[in-house]
Amino acid sequence: MREVMLGNHAVARGAWEAGVRVAAAYPGTPSTEIIEALAQYPDVYAEWSVNEKVALEVAAGAAIAGARALAAMKHVGVNVASDALMTLAYTGINAGLVLVSADDPNLYSSQNEQDNRLYARFAQIPCLEPADSQEAKEMTKVAFALSEAFDTPVMLRLTTRIAHSQSLVELGEREEVPLKPYTKAPSKYVMLPAFGRERHKVVEERRAKLSAYAEITPLNRVEWGDRRVGVITSGISYQYVKEALPGVSVLKLGLTYPLPKNLIRQFIAAVDVCFVVEELEPFLEEQISSWGLPVRGKEFLPRIGEFDPRVVVKGIGPKVAEVNPALLNESLLHDNSPSLNITLPARPPVMCPGCPHRGVFYILRKLKLTVAGDIGCYTLGASPPLNAMDTCICMGASMGVALGMEKARGQEFSRGLVAVIGDSTFLHAGMTGLLDIVYNQGTTTVIILDNGTTAMTGHQDHPGTGYTASRALTTKIDLEQVVRGLGIRRVQVVDPYDLTRAQEVISAEVATPEPSVIIARRLCALLAKGTGKYRVVGMYCRSCQCCLDLGCPALTFNGEEAVIDEIQCTGCGLCAQICPAGAIEKVVGENA
Amino acid sequence: MHDQVISILLTGVGGQGTVLAGRILSRAAASLGWDVKVADLHGMAQRGGSVITHVRFGTKVYSPVITQGTADYLVAFEKLEACRCLPFLKGEGVLIVNDQEIPPLPVLTGASSYPEGLLEMLRARVKKVAIVDALKKAKEAGSAKAVNMVLLGVLARHLSIPRECWEEAISTSVKSEFREINLKAFTLGWESIT
Ligand SMILES: Cc1ncc(C[n+]2csc(CCOP(=O)(O)OP(=O)(O)O)c2C)c(N)n1
Ligand code: SF4
Ligand code: SF4
Repeated sequence: MREVMLGNHAVARGAWEAGVRVAAAYPGTPSTEIIEALAQYPDVYAEWSVNEKVALEVAAGAAIAGARALAAMKHVGVNVASDALMTLAYTGINAGLVLVSADDPNLYSSQNEQDNRLYARFAQIPCLEPADSQEAKEMTKVAFALSEAFDTPVMLRLTTRIAHSQSLVELGEREEVPLKPYTKAPSKYVMLPAFGRERHKVVEERRAKLSAYAEITPLNRVEWGDRRVGVITSGISYQYVKEALPGVSVLKLGLTYPLPKNLIRQFIAAVDVCFVVEELEPFLEEQISSWGLPVRGKEFLPRIGEFDPRVVVKGIGPKVAEVNPALLNESLLHDNSPSLNITLPARPPVMCPGCPHRGVFYILRKLKLTVAGDIGCYTLGASPPLNAMDTCICMGASMGVALGMEKARGQEFSRGLVAVIGDSTFLHAGMTGLLDIVYNQGTTTVIILDNGTTAMTGHQDHPGTGYTASRALTTKIDLEQVVRGLGIRRVQVVDPYDLTRAQEVISAEVATPEPSVIIARRLCALLAKGTGKYRVVGMYCRSCQCCLDLGCPALTFNGEEAVIDEIQCTGCGLCAQICPAGAIEKVVGENA
Repeated sequence: MHDQVISILLTGVGGQGTVLAGRILSRAAASLGWDVKVADLHGMAQRGGSVITHVRFGTKVYSPVITQGTADYLVAFEKLEACRCLPFLKGEGVLIVNDQEIPPLPVLTGASSYPEGLLEMLRARVKKVAIVDALKKAKEAGSAKAVNMVLLGVLARHLSIPRECWEEAISTSVKSEFREINLKAFTLGWESIT
């Protein structure tokens, strides 16, 4: 049966067909749907782990114990998991272990666009790059087989256009893979220096064997076209090449680490000119060039952002046309699209009406505080009209950054400084930062935005929600206790819908030269039912437009008075609290 | 048969149902045995921001992403987004636009204004334009949320996919309690083109 399937769902399906038993992940676009889908399959244990490092460790433990296991994460998640990864590459596995890295060229939903193929090379583990959903499924299965055949974790590297594109997939059946026996093997799994030295030799031997395998695997294949022009490519770039340069000879690499040196050498020898087409880093190109082989790529193609067929045609098209103009897809050369010569107002993503984060950022801006921020829906607090965030680096960075600022500029600076972090982010990578503030006698105030979910990636559960990935009830951790346990004595909980009190507490805590935590607690507006509706009483509105500073999408100004879209309004009441004329009131009665 | 690949770009505002429309379109096309690819974006873009879904089908499709200036159809769920995505449409392409205005945040906060006369401008630049009051028709069908189905109905009249395939794709893609409303909205769109 063939089905139109999301790349991520195809990975999940492939893992299931390969008999995966344990899967772990922390959410992150564009990887989230893999675990969401695996949690729906019978015979698979799937969890949201606290962070990516733990996810990889859980998967590794399962693999060492004899079960096929998978860990999935976005590209920056691998940074978090890399400590485990680098040494797992030494220990190897027992049953198959696959690490899915979903990279995000063009930063559709990320803070950088790092190319994680470099991690595969760094760790000396195989890297597979599918080019559509069918390949995503097949390569996931191959990854498990390779993992076991070569006793290594295997990286399956996706990019946004693979993970979040849909294409046809032929479904298969689940292969029942029995648990492998578990035997204690300290020299393999206890990485003391003496054992590590021995295992490093194994890594080198393995790389030689994998290189030999790379020469013969059907994952790498040549599609002959005009023998004068060759293109070496992988992943989504393959699709762009086929569309942009239909007549050229293509060496499509499915296994991009380690590379098939002889196959590549022969391919280059067989063509007159050879190009490498790859998004982001010149990962293939640099290795191939280092063997003294003549390939060109990044001199014509960008190292930044994602490609599409036109980028390929524009980049290497002119060089290809010098050999044979008929090799180019004519229709991509010209663009006769209709054009409008006007500037359009942007439509950036915005906090939802009633978002519990809004009030906090409104206060932070009003108090003119320096805000060491973090990542989540609340990062939107950095955008107009709230403009209340100074830094956002990576998950959990807010507290270390705040402490560093205080150490650089003195305690006085901390009297105008806060760190702001979401609940899921706090549990992911924030606890250590807070502990560092306590331990090293920082005096910063930390605001934890507890909206009871991991909202940004689509509302996944976390240890603070009391539910697991399969929606089973579990221990709900108590943030106040955690924070107290980390040594914070000043802990307060506020309702971010109550601006007056929230502002009082924030002002007081920031002014106090002691570390403190304020938990702003209120469920994400997309999960909450709503608390009614508000409306503007036109005759009282003074046209001051103060309420617009909230940036609520339900609120606008019609030239004379503020107007509330009652369909969108969730009744948070913030606008009513800041209106100096008392012109906004709660709707009572039937249509409330 | 489509040896030539058909490229359709759906655009709108997060929450308008472009993703579901893309899914139904791809299923309808796949049911005829064509190769199909769809490219969506998930994540941050969905918080009320602009959204784009690329759908391509034919005998063999490589890129899931439509190259600017090559879309055969641009289906815009909102006027401003129609303008934003116009560079995707090819010169002879068809524009289907919902006559609906959803002001973005910079307009709501007064930092910028919603441009006037967009439909006239679009008409002047694009040869084939179908303007649809999809919101009105969706409400007529029973739900303001069925705007996507109305627009699919309009699009369907331009494509060579039989009506049964659409109905089948809709029925299998939406929850059963909304099936009737969605099918009705699709029909209203379908019938609006004569
Ligand atoms: C290492 C890493 N993993 C995952 C992500 C993706 N991501 C960023 S913030 C975030 C969690 C947001 O949840 P929370 O802190 O509760 O804030 P909310 O979105 O709910 O406001 C996720 C999953 C990332 N940027 N970096
Ligand atoms: S999804 Fe929830 S947390 Fe995110 S912006 Fe909307 S209301 Fe706020
Ligand atoms: S009460 Fe005011 S601020 Fe809150 S959602 Fe409604 S319009 Fe927006």
